[in-house]
Amino acid sequence: MAAGPAPPPGRPRAQMPHLRKMERVVVSMQDPDQGVKMRSQRLLVTVIPHAVTGSDVVQWLTQKFCVSEEEARHLGAVLVQHGYIYPLRDPRSLVLRPDETPYRFQTPYFWTSTLWPAAELDYAIYLAKKNIRKQGTLVDYEKEYYDRLHTKINHAWDLVLMQAREQLRAAKQRRKGDRLVIACQEQTYWLVNRPPPGAPSVLEQSPGRGSCAASHVHMIEYCRRALGRTRVKSSVCLEAYLSFCSQRGPHDPLVSGCLPSNPWISDNDAYWVMNAPTVVAPTKLRVERWGFSFRELLEDPVGRAHFMDFLGKEFSGENLSFWEACEELRYGAQAQVPTLVDAVYQQFLAPGAARWVNIDSRTMERTLEGLRQPHRYVLDDAQLHIYMLMKKDSYPRFLKSDMYKGLLAEAGIPLETKKRVFPFSRRPRHSGPSPALLPAPVEPTAAGGPGGGDGVA
Amino acid sequence: MCDQTFLANVFGSCDKCFKQRALRPVFKKSQQLSYCSTCAEIMATEALHENETLASLKSEAESLKGKLEEERAKLHDVELHQVAERVEALGQFVMKTRRTLKGHGNKVLCMDWCKDKRRIVSSSQDGKVIVWDSFTTNKEHAVTMPCTWVMACAYAPSGCAIACGGLDNKCSVYPLTFDKNENMAAKKKSVAMHTNYLSACSFTNSDMQILTASGDGTCALWDVESGQLLQSFHGHGADVLCLDLAPSETGNTFVSGGCDKKAMVWDMRSGQCVQAFETHESDINSVRYYPSGDAFASGSDDATCRLYDLRADREVAIYSKESIIFGASSVDFSLSGRLLFAGYNDYTINVWDVLKGSRVSILFGHENRVSTLRVSPDGTAFCSGSWDHTLRPQEELVAWRGSECPINAGILPQIRQLRISL
Repeated sequence: MAAGPAPPPGRPRAQMPHLRKMERVVVSMQDPDQGVKMRSQRLLVTVIPHAVTGSDVVQWLTQKFCVSEEEARHLGAVLVQHGYIYPLRDPRSLVLRPDETPYRFQTPYFWTSTLWPAAELDYAIYLAKKNIRKQGTLVDYEKEYYDRLHTKINHAWDLVLMQAREQLRAAKQRRKGDRLVIACQEQTYWLVNRPPPGAPSVLEQSPGRGSCAASHVHMIEYCRRALGRTRVKSSVCLEAYLSFCSQRGPHDPLVSGCLPSNPWISDNDAYWVMNAPTVVAPTKLRVERWGFSFRELLEDPVGRAHFMDFLGKEFSGENLSFWEACEELRYGAQAQVPTLVDAVYQQFLAPGAARWVNIDSRTMERTLEGLRQPHRYVLDDAQLHIYMLMKKDSYPRFLKSDMYKGLLAEAGIPLETKKRVFPFSRRPRHSGPSPALLPAPVEPTAAGGPGGGDGVA
Repeated sequence: MCDQTFLANVFGSCDKCFKQRALRPVFKKSQQLSYCSTCAEIMATEALHENETLASLKSEAESLKGKLEEERAKLHDVELHQVAERVEALGQFVMKTRRTLKGHGNKVLCMDWCKDKRRIVSSSQDGKVIVWDSFTTNKEHAVTMPCTWVMACAYAPSGCAIACGGLDNKCSVYPLTFDKNENMAAKKKSVAMHTNYLSACSFTNSDMQILTASGDGTCALWDVESGQLLQSFHGHGADVLCLDLAPSETGNTFVSGGCDKKAMVWDMRSGQCVQAFETHESDINSVRYYPSGDAFASGSDDATCRLYDLRADREVAIYSKESIIFGASSVDFSLSGRLLFAGYNDYTINVWDVLKGSRVSILFGHENRVSTLRVSPDGTAFCSGSWDHTLRPQEELVAWRGSECPINAGILPQIRQLRISL
């Protein structure tokens, strides 16, 4: 139940910038002119000044940040959870009620970032005070903590008890209102720093993050290199986003929806079936995408297969095969590198090879030179040359070809499936076969139907 | 060092040796003096042997950084939101949680989608790694790692294996098997070895290579089969928290973000840092490439998300709001790059319009901080994982643009009624 590994001591505001921001918000909320309306709150027989109501807090946040009420309530709840605002009536539960419930702002002394980290000794004194003041006020988890601390700091226990008694005596000399407020403030602080089991600790952090050890030498080297680089004007780059987004907009299911229906909404996986990686009849949107960029075409197995057919007709199919072989080399296992390099050389580059690729002499020379000591990037130059050849030459012709135009005309737009209005008659969700079950991919098959995969509970 | 590309055109008494010689101006500690050529040469050689203290390195780095910023600013002629003024605004978005995956006993730290668009792998603080079919919400595989805080997990492109790691400083690859007799843990392969926790991992284009980022300040590329280190990437001054591979034609770069507030783009072949950006004010928790590969977004503890353009070599947009106080832990783009989803440490998810820079929507629903968020490979949904032990694939319910009714989103009858009454 204890909070995760303790954050490194010192500089909490730097480690957790959100604390600093929350403090700024809370300070501006207490501004006499622009802040939340303060009023005195009657609690039993005492009158507590400078109290605010939950609804006023929400109202102020809504106006100040121009957000919806839901968001303002959420933000207020977060402030309360971190102990910057505490409830007067029910100090045990740190929630924000957007009604007349009274709240007060925590004193900076008890801000999480001020008293950091919460000391065990202080907690022991706090629990001892509670115990002394009225036997049995300690809740279960507090009792546990108390016992644990007793064993841990047994040697200093007299000090703990003495401090506790001193603080209680000093408190008796204060006015009842002040006593109540200080008790609430202290309780809030400990609720945040030692939350009860089951309640999430807002101060929990991921395992310790290291501090920065600036590497000036790296920076200097990098800057010198970067000063010489060519840059593109912002206007050109930004225009590119606009055209990319507008081109891809209709293809983005979250922006434009998808036909026949989004599987997550309708519980119908027809959309996935129709757009399976290897399908006989690709949809129109999919065929359109092949025209967006050469990369899109190659990344789609169906598109690539059609492109290969097209190249075959032009007797330049070896280009794509060479490119594929190079990809296999680049992303293959390290142990395979020498064999793959040799295979590629024999098949594509050697004089008189079966599927000889046409590379310019300079690149060929460089590649053959590099083949003496094969590594996985040795064919990069040749691969790039062939890729650019296909991209600048074969690809545009493919897009203008009858083959592509025919595919585009044939491709259909699925009909929309209406969403079921009655959620009760929900159709069963088919579990498609896991890719881990399938054998290695073979020739394109017809759209696979829903299989019966294992469901391991 | 002295820059001695000027001619001596003064004749007089040297400031050092006081002999009558042809003098040239030299700068010593920014003070201009006149030295004869002999004394100038001596000074030059002395400077080379000068002990380069940390302070002088730092000031050189600072001045170079300043020059770099100047260069970058020269070509910055317009802001993104100005260019985006003529783009149609997005309508109101209503997103709804479509599935809730419960089963982790502790905080969910990381998740990744499978290429089949429905399976996901998720890892949590208690060491459990689970593979789900999130469409049916069935759990298909489960593995318990020998360490806690499994902060990174990834699905292999083939769908046949997963990789995960965390406080054990290692990245392990588990082949997925449906054989009930086989124990998944038995076939585990230990691939990466770092000297501090593993914060992120990702397969490259195949099952045979893994890229990892670690709390020891480095990233590394490994061969899965042999566990051999293929390339390491040094340059971050603190923990590296995230990485993403570029969707480019040549597939050679990736970006990483770390606790030193820097986002760095690396060349996988040479191990060199190609570009670096340092405009965030706090740790960078998450980086993700824009779908075209020309830019990337980052989410940081300073409560902002920023967009960096690689061709312009600068930050081009900041996504922030005064009411957003907590850090962004995870970001991802929708398929067209128009929407940026960001999960925050205050349990919310904010959806940003990338072009206009405004927030489109805010989603509540998690009860603790959102630790991970990924859009599915075909863009039909996104899944968020949180410290409240759950994962939630979410989807939009309705998107409407002004006065027109969308034709291809599911519409509930009551919303149709509302439409008519307007």
